[in-house]
Amino acid sequence: MGMIIAKLHIPDGFINIPISALFGVLSIAFIAISLRRVGAALDDRTTPLSGLTAVFIFAAQMINFPVAAGTSGHLLGAALATALVGPHAATLALTVVLGVQALLFADGGLSALGLNVFNISILAVWVSHLLFTTLRKIFAKSKSGVAVAATIAAYISVPIAALGFSFQYALGGAGTISATTVTSAMVGTHSLIGLGEALITFITISSILATRSDLVYGYKPALEVRG
Amino acid sequence: MKKKIGRFYLAFFAASLVVAGALSFYASSHPDGLEKVAEDVGFLETAKDSSVSGSPLADYGISGLENARLSVGLSGLIGVLATAVVAYLVFAISKRMRKSK
Repeated sequence: MGMIIAKLHIPDGFINIPISALFGVLSIAFIAISLRRVGAALDDRTTPLSGLTAVFIFAAQMINFPVAAGTSGHLLGAALATALVGPHAATLALTVVLGVQALLFADGGLSALGLNVFNISILAVWVSHLLFTTLRKIFAKSKSGVAVAATIAAYISVPIAALGFSFQYALGGAGTISATTVTSAMVGTHSLIGLGEALITFITISSILATRSDLVYGYKPALEVRG
Repeated sequence: MKKKIGRFYLAFFAASLVVAGALSFYASSHPDGLEKVAEDVGFLETAKDSSVSGSPLADYGISGLENARLSVGLSGLIGVLATAVVAYLVFAISKRMRKSK
């Protein structure tokens, strides 16, 4: 068992309970805001898309791709989800994925769920959103402009999530290794993994823009956080 | 138009089923970035087993199923369906919350 699909998320034990609980509370606060805001941003067409985004990201995260000797990476999906359905729906979709993985598949610890949700569903999502909206203003308002903006946001979001873990480790890491060592190793490795994230994001968002660009949140003429 | 959008959703869902059910078998089994860093830097031993590590679906397999392709593929399909159900509930509830305002 477990020889095929590598573990994807922070297990229990890496970060102590007080810090895990702190990020759990922070995550709950952000989720509550997104739950209140997302209703206004979704209509009958984008609600199914939000659910399907969660489904697709669950599936895509199962595909670990090789990055360097003995290391694999996998999609986070934060930038992809943000470009497709907006930051609030992205936060919820990714939280659903992480919850299913932790509860059904024992991937990502239960006490670590708040840490994982914070890094992926909140930190990576909002940094992606900020980058994506900024880049969209710079690029031409075309389908390729949207795809490239999402791709760059996707690349950056991976070392950002790694920084999130490094910060949590600095606050409450159980290991004796210095936080500086952990941070540089995490950011270094994930700067490589980000290339895979960028590629998968580019292919997925381009395919959807080519078929149903009207459904893509990030392609709408007036791009702002709605609701 | 309505038919077409249904077809798009269906294709998106079907793509997820194929990825989780069939392609997942070919995933790299090397540790991911976090696990590799923990191993190399030296804090992997602080990891504890999840409290649900006894789940029949733990580590993306069906416990007791010998055939690896079937085991990982089926667990992927179950995961896709579970994610679909939970996501539907979450988004349906948040939409209802807005309506009741």
